[in-house]
Amino acid sequence: MSNTKEVNGKITEYMGKRVYDFMRWRKLASAVSIILVVVSIAALAMNGLKLGLDFTGGTQIDVGYENAPKIEDVRSQLEQAGFKGAAVVRFGSDRELLIKLPPEVAESLAQQNARDAAANNSIGDKVVEVLTQHSEGGIDLRRVEMVGPQIGEELRDDGGLGMLFALAVVMAYVALRFQYKFAIGAVVALIHDVIIVLGFFAIFRLDFDLTVLAAVLAVIGYSINDTIVVFDRIRENFRKVRQAEPAEIINISMSQTLGRTFMTSFTTLLVLWALQFFGGELIHNFSLALIVGIVIGTFSSVYVAANILMAMNITKEDLMPPVKEGAEMDDMP
Amino acid sequence: MNRYPLWKYLLILIIAGLGLLYAAPNLYRPDPAVQISGQSSALKVDQNVLSLAEKALDDAGIAYFGGEVQEKSVLLRLKSIEEQLPAKRAIQDALGYTEYVVALNLAPTTPEWLNRMGASPMKLGLDLAGGVHFLMEVDTNSIVKTNMEGYVSDVKSKLRAADARYRGVTLEGDREIVASFRNEELRSLGMRTLRKEFPTLQLTESGSGENLEIRATLSDQEIKQLEDYAVTQNLTTLRNRVNELGVAEPIVQRQGRNRIVVELPGVQDTAEAKRIIGKTANLEYRMEAKPDALVTNKEFFEYRNEQERAAYGGAWLERKVIISGERVTDARVGYDESGFPQVNITLDARGGEMMHRATWKNVGRRMGTLFVESRFTPEKQLDAEGNEIVVQKRTDDKKIISLATVQSPLGRQFRTTGLGSPAEAQELALLLRSGALAAPMYFVEERVIGPSLGADNIKVGVKSVQIGMLAVVLCMLIFYRVFGLAATIALTVNMVLLVAVMSILGATLTLPGIAGMVLTIGMAVDANVLIFSRIREELRNGLSPQSAISSGFDNAYSAIVDANITTLIVAVILYAIGSGPVQGFAVTLSIGILTSMFTAIMGTRALINLFYGGRRVQKLWI
Repeated sequence: MSNTKEVNGKITEYMGKRVYDFMRWRKLASAVSIILVVVSIAALAMNGLKLGLDFTGGTQIDVGYENAPKIEDVRSQLEQAGFKGAAVVRFGSDRELLIKLPPEVAESLAQQNARDAAANNSIGDKVVEVLTQHSEGGIDLRRVEMVGPQIGEELRDDGGLGMLFALAVVMAYVALRFQYKFAIGAVVALIHDVIIVLGFFAIFRLDFDLTVLAAVLAVIGYSINDTIVVFDRIRENFRKVRQAEPAEIINISMSQTLGRTFMTSFTTLLVLWALQFFGGELIHNFSLALIVGIVIGTFSSVYVAANILMAMNITKEDLMPPVKEGAEMDDMP
Repeated sequence: MNRYPLWKYLLILIIAGLGLLYAAPNLYRPDPAVQISGQSSALKVDQNVLSLAEKALDDAGIAYFGGEVQEKSVLLRLKSIEEQLPAKRAIQDALGYTEYVVALNLAPTTPEWLNRMGASPMKLGLDLAGGVHFLMEVDTNSIVKTNMEGYVSDVKSKLRAADARYRGVTLEGDREIVASFRNEELRSLGMRTLRKEFPTLQLTESGSGENLEIRATLSDQEIKQLEDYAVTQNLTTLRNRVNELGVAEPIVQRQGRNRIVVELPGVQDTAEAKRIIGKTANLEYRMEAKPDALVTNKEFFEYRNEQERAAYGGAWLERKVIISGERVTDARVGYDESGFPQVNITLDARGGEMMHRATWKNVGRRMGTLFVESRFTPEKQLDAEGNEIVVQKRTDDKKIISLATVQSPLGRQFRTTGLGSPAEAQELALLLRSGALAAPMYFVEERVIGPSLGADNIKVGVKSVQIGMLAVVLCMLIFYRVFGLAATIALTVNMVLLVAVMSILGATLTLPGIAGMVLTIGMAVDANVLIFSRIREELRNGLSPQSAISSGFDNAYSAIVDANITTLIVAVILYAIGSGPVQGFAVTLSIGILTSMFTAIMGTRALINLFYGGRRVQKLWI
């Protein structure tokens, strides 16, 4: 025990480094986690995700005006031209508008096109035509996205499946490289992160589109990265540190990796802030999802993943290399 | 201690050098350019065309340079992007609208020596370059239905021929033929006949009493073949049509079972793009006019083939159309008993009936096939106020592609013989097939990104990469000093390698791709942070500076590898399930993870070894 310093039977220093008693707060942290997850699930159940165009189908048109228009005017112009249920919002600046049309509009247009190939109505061109008629300055068609409802449904299924598949593969890898208790800890932490990020989007009713789905998967990638760094150290310390309680070993490991955890989260958050502030409207929600995910992911590697290990009574024996197990057998009478 | 053998330094240097070389083309901004190509591939686009175009630009006072004749087109570079449209109009006016396609393009300015090494810039996705993306769904149900309708009349005639009197043969729910019989005897006769004549149909018995039925369906495999045929057919037709648009690098690809993706970078006029993609080329079958027919009843058409046109000019055909192209379901090259090429044509059921009615009393006369191309050409007109405006005018261009004697009454299947060569037969079959779409298509997804948004996206993307990089570099320098400097150099090399690998793989850079790059910056330093904090720890444990460096790198290794592999797994899954933009993100993230493992582990180590290795060190600046 030359490496450790104890106060009242508790390790307070290991290898010259202060050991923080992370596990003392595990009950409180668990409570916070559970509350967050419950609130998220409740928000998802009540509000639901505000699915973006990619998943619901529909049409989204992004137009730039020379002179800032009045939103109500634009809305009534569209209404008069037969675009029922158009939602018009400002996008980025007051001279740029985002017009959303419900899926039925695109669908009826598509059917019209299917019947009469020569018609080939382009929804974007039609909208610009209508708006140009009523506007003094020029109008710049910046972006049109029309997604058929069946595509949206497929993407929704693919996205959900992909997330489950990612979790399964990560679990298998961790089980293989570490041990099944670690795999369960890692996956519970990941599910925790995903639910909270989704819950965040449900609570604040933010648009959940394909890029946000990509961000959620990236959060899985980041969070597992973080968890594995912590696990790697726990595994190492279980083998190295003698005569210490599992809680103490986890405390030591957390304290040792704390600097790194902080530093990496910080640099990643720095670049994400850069993306959020300078990356433009299109990837705003993408960076937001990642920022939330990284904060939660950092917390979960410490307090969810490691906590699960404690709850499952992780022991030294779980981590001893198989060769040594054989040697112990020989020692038995 | 902590010294790398020379070859390791050299290897790292060479890889970094190659990275720099292959990333370099991205530094050269492309020139705005116009590209002139022929409406048909047979038309030669050569020096003459170039001189005409140059003269047109001279007259219009538009500055240009670097005109070059390429394989099938001519390229002219312009000084400014604003002059692209006026230049296009000037050239199109000079060359005429019918034979040449003038397209806006961006010409790479990669120096020759880089080109020779196979280095080229990254492709920009539609969200950065601007352009249109269409996803079209092929209505495969309709081709199955058409096919089944064809079977109904065939089944009727075969049953009649075998004397298996039926009460009725009908199509039920698009996919099932039901033949009903009065008694068991007739049904079993019918069953035997159908089994012999239509081996591809799956037959089952049903019904009772006075109403005994045979139900016939196509096997799943048969249906899949039909659907595949329809999709590939439409794909070919679409490719031909897209080529007419004269877009620099179009993508026309099948996606999934029954969808086709069309991406046209740089195209702004969606209306025109949709018109051409959705346009209808068609076929018409008409009898040759009798010599004594009145002029009001006949029409003169030229041959499409140049040689035939030179030899015979054209022919008079009747005004009455027997059938048109939608009725042709298939046309394939075959060979007759003596080995001469022929084209076997299959019509749908109604087409077969109509063809039969028209030909059974006209044996011995000639029947012509007309190829109808609808072209939309811009035409200058004066509007009410006397201003010059350009309108799209539709012209139907009808030419004879075959004129052959009817040797016997024709039905659903017939053949055209007397073709000069297999190549001629091949071309005829292609024309017959490409005439109309095999199955109707409709647009299920449409994305248009205007050029202004594309340019903005590049601007914000570059800006966020710069700011993100700056922030991370400052952070690393403050926290890890000399080691932070090493990490900064490694990070820079990592970005260069990332760009180089993407350029070599021909990957497409999208806005989410840039986001992936930014995220890579943040995560790439993680490996360095792991190593450096480990070194600090080892120092605190009382290790000497040299052994702290060495054990710091060694001990951090397993965590780095495990952490990166799991992230890579997630990125690969992301690629597999994602479409377009998400894949762009997944690609940059995956490549970034791989290159960062190299630079952060080997690159940083080399720099640290170079700086501290092999000498007595009292204190590490970390």
